[in-house]
Amino acid sequence: MSTQNPTHAQAQTTTFPASASATTGAVPGLMIKGVGRDFVTRSGLTHAVSGVDLSIQRGEFVAVIGRSGCGKTTLLRMIGGLLAPSAGTIEVDGQNLWRGSKVDESAITKLGFVFQESNLFPWLSVLDNIALPLKLRGADKRDRRARATELAALVGLSGFEKSYPRELSGGMRQRASIARALSTEPELLLMDEPFGALDALTRERMNLELQRIVLATKSTVVFVTHDIPEAVFLADRVVHMTPRPGRVSQILPVVEPKPRTVDTTTTTEFNEIVRKLRNDIDEEN
Amino acid sequence: MNRKKVMRILPWVVTPAIVIVIVTTWQLVVSIGKVNPFLFPPPDAVGEKFIGLFSTPGIWSHTLTTLTEILVGFAIAVLTGVFVGVLLGKLPWLEASVRPLIVLTQVAPKVAFIPLFVIWFGFGLESKILLSALLAFFPIMLNMLLGVRSVEQGQREVMKSLNAKRSQTLLQLEMRSVQPYLFAGMEVGIVLATTGAIVGEYIAGSQGLGFLVVSSMNQLDAALTFALILWLSLVGLGLYLIVNELKRFFIPWHESVYGLRNTAE
Repeated sequence: MSTQNPTHAQAQTTTFPASASATTGAVPGLMIKGVGRDFVTRSGLTHAVSGVDLSIQRGEFVAVIGRSGCGKTTLLRMIGGLLAPSAGTIEVDGQNLWRGSKVDESAITKLGFVFQESNLFPWLSVLDNIALPLKLRGADKRDRRARATELAALVGLSGFEKSYPRELSGGMRQRASIARALSTEPELLLMDEPFGALDALTRERMNLELQRIVLATKSTVVFVTHDIPEAVFLADRVVHMTPRPGRVSQILPVVEPKPRTVDTTTTTEFNEIVRKLRNDIDEEN
Repeated sequence: MNRKKVMRILPWVVTPAIVIVIVTTWQLVVSIGKVNPFLFPPPDAVGEKFIGLFSTPGIWSHTLTTLTEILVGFAIAVLTGVFVGVLLGKLPWLEASVRPLIVLTQVAPKVAFIPLFVIWFGFGLESKILLSALLAFFPIMLNMLLGVRSVEQGQREVMKSLNAKRSQTLLQLEMRSVQPYLFAGMEVGIVLATTGAIVGEYIAGSQGLGFLVVSSMNQLDAALTFALILWLSLVGLGLYLIVNELKRFFIPWHESVYGLRNTAE
């Protein structure tokens, strides 16, 4: 399928983009309109992201997928308040995230960000790492400890509260960093290839775990990955982005019921979507 | 016994064994009469002098003088080293501007400044304190400079995504991740501060352990010189261990602390 015309691709699948909320009337969890980001490089101006429209409902899990350089991480960093867009608007719960190059204080506190690396602080115990966001918000010590203990249990780290990050495996560290992002009960959880650095078996398990956590917390998630089965397994919708300029080429719904299991990955429907995405990505060049 | 256990016990056997071999060889070489015991006193003579050292009147006040010089000099070096290191680390343009000067002062033999310090401050403690501080300043400052710049980008982004205030990032992230660098600088610094105080006393002293070493040399009492050097080394070791203990207390999470523990096991 050609990727030149994003609306064409969407029309084939579903019409979830920006207009969806207008028809249903509810304020979407995340509303992205005409967002773009340019970088000045030695070879001139690069359009890392260009004209992205996307509307995400509360409780929805959206995976963003594409080749490296398609702008998926750049897009996520703009949604996460880490990088100012050159064009367009991003609304979290109907609230503008960016005011020029400044981030809106009350909008960014509704977000939780999980990075590819766990980025835990080595001098803090697992519990204190999870509680860090609450500490920064001035929460009472007893409250934040109680909350962090709950979250440690949620992500399967009970018994490791007092450990230092170096004593944990890669998968456990990433669990801790997910718990840290969840500690402020974010409206929107943003994940940038969170399992990219893990081995395949751990990764598979973390996908199941993440699904369980997300269903338990009813989180809204934007999940960036370059792993097609991972995206299809986790997401309600898969957003496929293409590079130069980075834009949305198609959005595919995944209607498999949740919770999904390892058996889901063997169903015809699942593999149909995976195959379609793989073909489309292969045809990009 | 398994291999791991042997590896753990081995240093406790080998280290004393090496010391015993060295001391016995030394004793043997001297008693066989190949060297002049007047120039190269045997270990037992040095040991005797060493024990005698602590019944010498004034040994403790000399030790206290040297300790004062080292500790005051070291304290000055820590305060100024941290301040300058952070400043240069935070202001790259300033660091680039003063880099040639830093390199020049780095390569300059700093002990050569002691005559100047004596001209300025006289023969008292001040000139030794200054030399001690000057020597200890550089490793501390350079480590701090490096430490300030080595805060992990990913951890900075965590703070940014959490909408942390500048003061929070400073307190919760920067000041914590710079600590291993500070202690690395301090461990080198305390040894150099000791060197600075002793060299100062060699050249321009009427008190302190360095002065005693020079006096023993003037008396051509080599055994006493050895005994004093041994005492000085023990004082230096004590100071180093204190800094090392502080490091273990403040940064138990750091590789330089737990790494040693792991290899010992």
